[in-house]
Amino acid sequence: MPETRLTGSRIRERRLALGQRQADLARAVGVSPAYLNLIEHNRRRIGGKLLLDLAQELGTEAAQLSEGAGQALVTGLRDAADRETGVSPEVDRVEDFAGRFTGWAELVVAQGRRIEDLERVVETLSDRLTHDPHLAASLHEVISTVTAIRSTAAILAETEDIDPDWQNRFLRNMREESQRLSSSAEGLVTYLEAGSDRREMQVSAADDVAALVEEAGYHFPPLEGAAVGEGEISMMLERAGTLRDRGAHDLARRMLVRYLSDARAMPLHAFRTSLSNTGNDPARVADGFGVGLDAVLRRMASLPPAEGMPERGLVVCDGSGTVTLRKPLEGFPLPRFGAACPLWPLYQALARPAQPIEQVVEMPGADPKLFLCRAVSVPRPASSFDAPPVHEATMVIEPLEEAARPIVPIGASCRICPRETCAARREPSILGMRV
Amino acid sequence: MGKQVLLIEDEPNIIEAISFILSRDGWSVATHANGETAMDAVHRHAPDALVLDVMLPGRSGYDILQDLRADPATSDIPVLMLTARGQKKDREVADRLGATRFMTKPFSNAEVLTVLREITGGT
Repeated sequence: MPETRLTGSRIRERRLALGQRQADLARAVGVSPAYLNLIEHNRRRIGGKLLLDLAQELGTEAAQLSEGAGQALVTGLRDAADRETGVSPEVDRVEDFAGRFTGWAELVVAQGRRIEDLERVVETLSDRLTHDPHLAASLHEVISTVTAIRSTAAILAETEDIDPDWQNRFLRNMREESQRLSSSAEGLVTYLEAGSDRREMQVSAADDVAALVEEAGYHFPPLEGAAVGEGEISMMLERAGTLRDRGAHDLARRMLVRYLSDARAMPLHAFRTSLSNTGNDPARVADGFGVGLDAVLRRMASLPPAEGMPERGLVVCDGSGTVTLRKPLEGFPLPRFGAACPLWPLYQALARPAQPIEQVVEMPGADPKLFLCRAVSVPRPASSFDAPPVHEATMVIEPLEEAARPIVPIGASCRICPRETCAARREPSILGMRV
Repeated sequence: MGKQVLLIEDEPNIIEAISFILSRDGWSVATHANGETAMDAVHRHAPDALVLDVMLPGRSGYDILQDLRADPATSDIPVLMLTARGQKKDREVADRLGATRFMTKPFSNAEVLTVLREITGGT
């Protein structure tokens, strides 16, 4: 089934969906069936009054036919359709659905995402002994004590001619073990109670931090002032309602400490001036401030939206490709779970440590979008002299209207990428059912 | 003189209780509490049967079982595995690695005695 990208295809789809004959539609709008056929196969351009007439006949908006539904919505619907195996929604008419029932389509997508999140929560909870080492250790402690108590009690109760010395010894063991049991049981109850008000949607400390970053758009005004210090960070963490536990707090603190150090090295106003003076060249900005290129890329993404300044996205990953910091950008989907597209300059940078990479990339879709990506991979400061280097790649993303240089076709993730013949493909696409 | 059993377990009060009931049942009992040095203890005592806890400091009971079965000198020793987790998965691992029997904590004393007699073919 074709992925409909073109107006003609949409017209045809819509007409077929309504069960209308080509000849009837042609007559209704005053063209020959042969001409309509050419339009439907994208062999004739269409616009103006004819498009309006066709839209009216097909009970839709002209814009709907010429632009299609929001690509994000369509992608979301395809994703939702793919996850559910028992049913077979009309994937070939997904744009029609998204266009005609936008609200319902958004509901399907939102529910699909929620299901995915909840499934992860269920998975984590149902095998909690594996996922939660603290719980496993506490239970093991309880069972060990119960075992000792049961076995010792049986000896005391069943051994008729027990030696008084042994008897005393076993009584003492019993008392010892029951004290241990009551404190470990108490600890277990406290632990389980504390766990019950966890936020269900975020299943790990990293998710908590991602939510914090996303909410703030990776811009933290309290850390932008002069003479702010770690005290502000502590206050922010205090106020942040999304951090579940110590682990999340520590992760968030690390992220904010780094933000603060970037902000101190490159104060907002000076940084903006430097960017505009260098024509947005991160290398020259880095040189000017005497900081690493990765710090400049992070700082660029942290700027609040302003006149004449593109909104920027940010992705940071470690040497395994795991995303450790993300600021989403409209039109450049960052997969929440699972791996992203290996062609991202981010990963190219990982393969070429310290070599800055600047690339114009294209995200596929009905309306393919261009982005300028700048990435660099640098080793993180080593903890000891002979420790293996830990690399970290940083990529800043900004939307681009047009490009005067080669464009690298990329995607979000193989599953939702239509680039069938891509050399980097690792799994089939759910869009790969084309005729 | 009774048969010898080696108990590899790290909880002192469980060691004491099991040693007591086994001795009264006529066994000669040796105990060992560390996973890392457990193989040495097995070679030293050459017991007729082994009671082996899964969760041990230093080394897991499963690893020890694997070594036991791989070594011709110890591959035939009957082994009763003890674990705090009665999950199917654990039982499968124990079976695959060649445990003679598998018992979950908490166990009854009588059960331990019965099983030990069974796996050593004794009375």
